[in-house]
Amino acid sequence: MEILLQQIINGLVQGSVYALVALGYTMVYGILGLINFAHGEVVMVGAMVALVVIKALLASALSPVLVLLLSLLAAVSVCMALGYGIERIAYRPLRHAPRLAPLITAIGVSIVLQTLAMIIWGREYHAFPQLLPNVAHSLGGAVINEVQIAIVLVAVLVMLALLLLVHRTRLGRAMRAVAENPAAAALMGVNINGVISTTFMLGSALAALAGIMVSANYGIVHYYMGFMLGLKAFTAAVLGGIGNLRGAMLGGVMLGLIESLGAGYSGELTGGVFGSNYQDVFAFIVLIAVLIFRPSGLLGERVAERA
Amino acid sequence: MNIREIMRPNKRNAWLAFAALALLLLVLPFATDALLGRGWVRIVDFALLYIMLALGLNIVVGYAGLLDLGYVAFFAVGAYTYALLSSPQFGLHLPFWIVLPIGALLACVFGALLGAPTLKLRGDYLAIVTLGFGEIIRIFLNNLNAPINITNGPQGISQIDAIRIAEFSFGRSHELFGLTLPSVHLYYYLFLALTLLVVFVSLRLQDSRIGRAWMAIREDEVAAAAMGINTRNIKLLAFAMGATFGGVAGGLFAGFQGFVSPESFSLMESIMILCMVVLGGMGNIGGVVLGGVLLVVLPEALRNGAGPAQQALFGNTLIDPESLRMLLFGVALIVVMLWRPAGLWPSSQRQRELEAQDGAAQQEQDTVYDASK
Repeated sequence: MEILLQQIINGLVQGSVYALVALGYTMVYGILGLINFAHGEVVMVGAMVALVVIKALLASALSPVLVLLLSLLAAVSVCMALGYGIERIAYRPLRHAPRLAPLITAIGVSIVLQTLAMIIWGREYHAFPQLLPNVAHSLGGAVINEVQIAIVLVAVLVMLALLLLVHRTRLGRAMRAVAENPAAAALMGVNINGVISTTFMLGSALAALAGIMVSANYGIVHYYMGFMLGLKAFTAAVLGGIGNLRGAMLGGVMLGLIESLGAGYSGELTGGVFGSNYQDVFAFIVLIAVLIFRPSGLLGERVAERA
Repeated sequence: MNIREIMRPNKRNAWLAFAALALLLLVLPFATDALLGRGWVRIVDFALLYIMLALGLNIVVGYAGLLDLGYVAFFAVGAYTYALLSSPQFGLHLPFWIVLPIGALLACVFGALLGAPTLKLRGDYLAIVTLGFGEIIRIFLNNLNAPINITNGPQGISQIDAIRIAEFSFGRSHELFGLTLPSVHLYYYLFLALTLLVVFVSLRLQDSRIGRAWMAIREDEVAAAAMGINTRNIKLLAFAMGATFGGVAGGLFAGFQGFVSPESFSLMESIMILCMVVLGGMGNIGGVVLGGVLLVVLPEALRNGAGPAQQALFGNTLIDPESLRMLLFGVALIVVMLWRPAGLWPSSQRQRELEAQDGAAQQEQDTVYDASK
C-alpha cells in the first residue's frame, strides 16, 4: 500500500511537469496545427539559464527565495525571447509551405539549440543547487518532500491561471478566435501575428518554469534533458487530445501516473520478465490503446473530415 | 520526374547523359578511393543504404501522405533478423539469400502490424503512434537479454557473417577482370544494384494503379474512398511496402557493418530519414535520392572540413569540430527549408500546386495561414 501511494505521488509530480510542457505543445498546435519540435529544447534552455543565474548569485548575500525568483524571472524572459525568435525565424516564413516543411525547420532548431547548449555548457551533468531546505514529510507511509509539494502546487496554480487567461480575457478570446478560424478572426480585427507570437511566448514561459521544476526535483541539468522530456510531453498532449488545454493537463498527469505505476508494478506482475526498464513501453502502449478507441485523444473533439 | 520524361525532348543527348551517369556510377568507388581515400568509399556505401531507406519511407510519407516517425523500427527488424540468423549469437549461419527475404518478410509483417491499429488516425496522431512504435521496438532490442538472452542487450550482436552468395564473400577482396576489388568496392556494386532495383520499383509503383491510389489518399482521403478506393487495404499496403524496403536495407546494413546494436536505431535516425525525404523533395524519386546523398555526405564533409577551416580562419580551434558539425547541420536544415519549402527537387505536380494562386494547395493549408494575405 505504501508503495502504491509512493508511486502515485511520484507520478503526480512528474505528471505536473509533463502537463506544463504539454500545454506549450498544445497551444501552438491549436493555433497553427504545427508540432513545435523545438519546445523540449526551450525547457532545457530555461533550466540552464536558471542554473547560471543561481550560480552567479549564490555567493551574494541575497536570500535564497529571492535568488530563486530572480533565476525564474531570468529563465522565463530568456525563454520567451527564444520562443518569439523561433516562431519568427523558423515558422512564420513557412505558413503557406507544405505541411512537413515547418517540421523539418523545427528539427533544425532543435539540433541547433542542443548543440549550442553543448558548446556553451559542455557535455557534463551539472548539479542544480538546492536553495531551500528540502524537508521530507511522511504521508501514510510514503515520502513526499517540499520541492515535490511545491511543484504540484505551482503547476496547478499556473494551469488555473492559464485557463482563466484563455477563457476570461480579451487576449484569450483572440487566441480562441484564431484557433477556430484565422481568416475570420483577421476580418474581425484580431492581430493574428501578435496572437501567435504571444502564444509562443506563453508556451515558452511555461517551459522555462517546467525546466526549473524538473531540475530542482532531480538536482541535475544536462544539455540533452529537453529532448526526451519534450517527447513525453508531446505524447501527453496527444493522449489528452492535442489542441485542447484541459486535455494536455489530463494527459500529462495520466502519463506521469502510467509511467510510475508501470515502472513500479510491471516487474511484479510479469514475474520479473518485464522490469522497470520497460517503463516507456507501457506509456506508448497505453497511448496506442487510447488512440484506437478515441482517435482524437481523451478530450479531443471529433474533428470532422475536411472541416 | 521519370526517366522517360527527361528523355523525350532529345533522345540522343538523353542517351548520352544516361551513359555518362552509368559510367560515373561504375567508376565512382575507384575515383573516390583515389581522390578521398578508402574511408569515403564506406561513406558512399552508407549513402546507398540510406537512399534505399529514404525511398522506402517515401512510399509511406511521400506517396500515401502518412507521417511516419518510427520508420527506423523496420530497419532494425531487418538488421536484427540478419544478425540473429547469421552470427555466433545462436550459432546459426544461414546464407544471405535466405536471411534477407526472411528479414524483408518480417519487416513487412511488422509494417502491417503497425498499420492495422493506426488506420483511423489522422496526421499528427499517426506521427506520435509511429514514433511510439519505433521506441517500443528499440526498448525491446535493448532489454531482451534477460531472462533469455536474445538480442544481447545494449552491447549488440557482433561478428555477423559478411554477405556471401554461394562461395563469393563480400567480406574479402577479390581479383576480378584483372582488377583488385576490396570489400567496400564489392559492397558498393551490390548496394548500387539493389538501390537501382528499389528506384525501378518506386518508379513503376508511382505510375501504377496502386501509386495513383496512394496519391489520391494523400490529397483527399474522403474523395478517394468515394472513388471506390479501398483506403484501408491501400494504406496497409503502403505501410507494408515501405517496411519491406526498410527490412532489406536493414539486412544489408547488418552484413556490411558486421555489428548491430540498439543505438543505431534511435529516434534521431528516423528523423534523419524523414529529413532526407522532405529536404530532397517529397514524392519525387530524384529528390529523395538527392536528399539521401546530401544528408549522408554533408555531415561527413563537415566532420572533415570543420576543423581545418577554423584553423585557417581563426588560427586555432574555437569550437570542437564535432559540435560545429551538428550546429552547421541544424542551420543547413533550417536554411534549405526556408529557401525551398517544397524540398530541393520537388515533384513537378507538387510544384504546380504550390504555384497555383488559389488552387488545391491553398485550401489544403486551411489551418496554416497568413494575416497579410
